[in-house]
Amino acid sequence: MPIDSYRYLPRSFREGFEAFPIQETEPVKADLEVPITDAKIALMTSSGLYLEGQEPFDTETELENPLWGDPTYREIPKTTTQEEISAAHLHLNTRDYYVDFNVALPLDRFAELESEKRFGSLADINYSFMGYQQAGTPDWRNNQGPELIVKLKEQGVHALILAPA
Amino acid sequence: MPVLARLVEEAGIPTVVVTMMPDTAAKYELPRILGVPFPFGHAFGAPNDIEMQREVSEAAIGLLTDESAGKVRKDLEHLEWPQDDRTAYKDWQPSEPSPIVGYNANRRDKLEEKNKDQ
Repeated sequence: MPIDSYRYLPRSFREGFEAFPIQETEPVKADLEVPITDAKIALMTSSGLYLEGQEPFDTETELENPLWGDPTYREIPKTTTQEEISAAHLHLNTRDYYVDFNVALPLDRFAELESEKRFGSLADINYSFMGYQQAGTPDWRNNQGPELIVKLKEQGVHALILAPA
Repeated sequence: MPVLARLVEEAGIPTVVVTMMPDTAAKYELPRILGVPFPFGHAFGAPNDIEMQREVSEAAIGLLTDESAGKVRKDLEHLEWPQDDRTAYKDWQPSEPSPIVGYNANRRDKLEEKNKDQ
C-alpha cells in the first residue's frame, strides 16, 4: 500500500502541495553504467547540515526576506564524524542531527554497506544544502545544479541518492 | 530537490530520491522513488536506529539495480516510526514557525482586514 505523503504535513500546506502545478511531463531516466559492485555512489541531503568551520547556511537573510532561501551547498566528506556536524534550517527542528546525522545523510550506513561490498564505494565528497528554495529554483537549475554535476563527474560518481528533508 | 534529480538524470547520472512525500516526487516524473513513512527531516529513519537506517539505505541501492524499463516507486510502508503521529508531528517542526509561515499569516490578516473594510 502506498504511504500517505501528507501524514506529517500541516493541513494548511496540503492543498498547496496537491494543487502545485508541475512543469515536468516527460519522464527522464539514466541507466547505471557499471555493475553495482563497481558503482561509486554520492549522497545528497537538503537538511541544512554543514561542518563546524564551514559557513552556516544564511538564516539571517531569510528572516529578513521570508521568500528567500540560501541557495548554496556544502561539501561533506565521507569521513565526517558526528562531532563535526552542525545544522541550520528554519523549517525543521534540527535537534536530531546533533544526535545522529545519519537520519538525513547516512554516511556511516553507506560506509558499512561499502565494506560489505554491497556496492562499489561511497564518494569522497557528499553534498548538503538547505531545502527551502522557494524562489531559488531557477538559480539551482542554472547555476548550482550544473556546477554540482561537474563535481559529480570529476569524482567519477555513477549514481546519486538524494534525500529531501 | 526533484528539479535537481532531473538535471542529474539528464546529465546521464542515475538518481534515487528517498522521500516522505513520494506523491509529490512522482509528479516530477522521477525514475526511482523510495517512499518512507517518516516525519520530515528523517529520510533514513530514527536517530541511532541502525537497522532502520540500513534497511532504507539498502532499498535505495536496490532501486539502482532495478531493471524495469520505466519509472520505479517503492514505498517502505512497513517501517514504524518510534513515536505516535501526534508527537512526531510536533517534534519535526521548528521551535519557531518558519519565516514564510509568519509572512503568509500576516498577508492573510491584511487581506481579511481589507475585506472587512469593504
